[in-house]
Amino acid sequence: MGKRIRRNRMVRIGGLAFIIISIACLLGPLLSEHNYASQNLAMGAQPPSLEHWMGTDELGRDLLVRTLTGGRISIGVGFAATLVALLIGVSYGALAGYCSGRMDAVMMRIVDVIYALPFTMLVVVLTVTFDQKSIFLIFLAIGAVEWLTMARIVRGQTRTLRTQNFIDAARTSGASHWRILRLHIIPNLLGPVIIYGTLTVPAVILLESILSFLGLGIQPPQSSWGSLINEGADKLDIYPWLLIGPAIFFSITIFALNFLGDGLRDVLDPKESSSK
Amino acid sequence: MLTLIARRLLQVIPTLWVIATATFILLRLAPGGPFDTEKPVTPEIKAQIEAHYGLDKPLFFQYLDFLKNISKGDLGPSYQYAGWDVQEIIGQAFPVSLELGLWALLIALCIGLPIGIVAALYHGQRTESLLMALATSGICLPSFVIGPILLLVFALNLEWLNPLGWNHASDRLLPSLTLGIMYAAYIARLARGGMLETLQSTWIRTARSKGLSPSKVVIKHALRSALMPVVAYLGPASAGLISGSFVVETLFFIPGLGPFFVNAALNRDYPMVMGTVLFYAVLIIVFNLLVDLIQNWMQPRTNDD
Repeated sequence: MGKRIRRNRMVRIGGLAFIIISIACLLGPLLSEHNYASQNLAMGAQPPSLEHWMGTDELGRDLLVRTLTGGRISIGVGFAATLVALLIGVSYGALAGYCSGRMDAVMMRIVDVIYALPFTMLVVVLTVTFDQKSIFLIFLAIGAVEWLTMARIVRGQTRTLRTQNFIDAARTSGASHWRILRLHIIPNLLGPVIIYGTLTVPAVILLESILSFLGLGIQPPQSSWGSLINEGADKLDIYPWLLIGPAIFFSITIFALNFLGDGLRDVLDPKESSSK
Repeated sequence: MLTLIARRLLQVIPTLWVIATATFILLRLAPGGPFDTEKPVTPEIKAQIEAHYGLDKPLFFQYLDFLKNISKGDLGPSYQYAGWDVQEIIGQAFPVSLELGLWALLIALCIGLPIGIVAALYHGQRTESLLMALATSGICLPSFVIGPILLLVFALNLEWLNPLGWNHASDRLLPSLTLGIMYAAYIARLARGGMLETLQSTWIRTARSKGLSPSKVVIKHALRSALMPVVAYLGPASAGLISGSFVVETLFFIPGLGPFFVNAALNRDYPMVMGTVLFYAVLIIVFNLLVDLIQNWMQPRTNDD
């Protein structure tokens, strides 16, 4: 299985691109002599040069370092929120699918109700509630609403699993429900969970960027890709490089993660890949 | 069919109640109030304003008032735009958002469907991988990236179109394209998947073995079932188009509902936020119901589960 994953071209390209960007975001700001917040008003906005590879913004801050530090926040938010979504979604879906019957019906009805909510609006309200300052709470909130699809996928998978012979075998040999869920059901859900998790990360990064773009997400002097793209879009006619740099980083990351997720789906779940 | 509609309509009320309650609680938990201004107002004046809007009552009674009013369809006055009711603001701004959303959906379908179908017909060939790479790159260009770029190229450099506003017919093009591109990409992927699956089915083999021409097989036999995933996607897509339009409206200075909502959230304009959320919730529920009905009509054996 590991070999098949590594041999898949989409997985290799997507994974490699994402690893490179992550490492750059993690280490880049440490290696650079520039700081993301230090200003140089006399210099102002400069196009890309040898000193500042991606140019500087109006306050004379190095854009490359700002983009890389912004990437830490964007990617960090993406992973943290996905983790929250996975934890809630997998346990909820596995429970609903395993219990089946009335319990399952009620649990999935609740998911249907939440599904009908105007999702982004809810996140906007949540960010206002948490006063925008605590980015940590914001992505907890995002994760808390991102779990629905995960729960649906896991539930469907669990329902197929629980009718299979090895579950019956475990039950007749006296395993408790909790033990069956933990040792037999959840490990077998790994494939779809990994695939969908990989696809959730870019979705969350996108959502965080929309919030920051609307001025609701991260607040200055900190930056995320969304807020940088927002600043760039404002000054588009005079300083186009302020938009193009962050936009390229953002798009490559989203592209890489989607590529990785699709590739993993081809390898781990060949049936699903033909229908999506 | 009728049971489906009836069952859905029964779901509407609890759903709306959950949404109303959740937004009410979340907004009241938010720090700051609607009448905190930067310039200090004397406490007496502030108390008077708050009394005027019923904000001096205990929270639970405010909640009951709010439920009573929305059950009558009254969304209350906006705090931020004195003299305006929330209904009036929605009535003015929503048609613009709706028009933008519909154009975007149309563009998404017109670009996405042909790409997906053609890709499926050339399955396993270079054309397919090319078209699908195109579609994947579309997914990675959300509106706030593609929008400014389109602006830069077509409005500022080439000067073919106006960079902002919503006055002429040509003003619709850039915003709708910006909003629609990402959905075009998703639709292309779904259409390809649906088409591939359908083409493998036995009844398509039957149609082929009867000697029908390939184009006739695709158009008359395969298309309807191949488009099912796309139709199912229209529900979530409509919800996404709404939130996406917030960004596009901000970007192109379009007088839609999005900027009103974001400002209302920032300024704690409680009735405006709650009114807009409820309004869109009703809209999404209705749209999902429509999608289900279309699905039912296209493929009667789909059950509700």
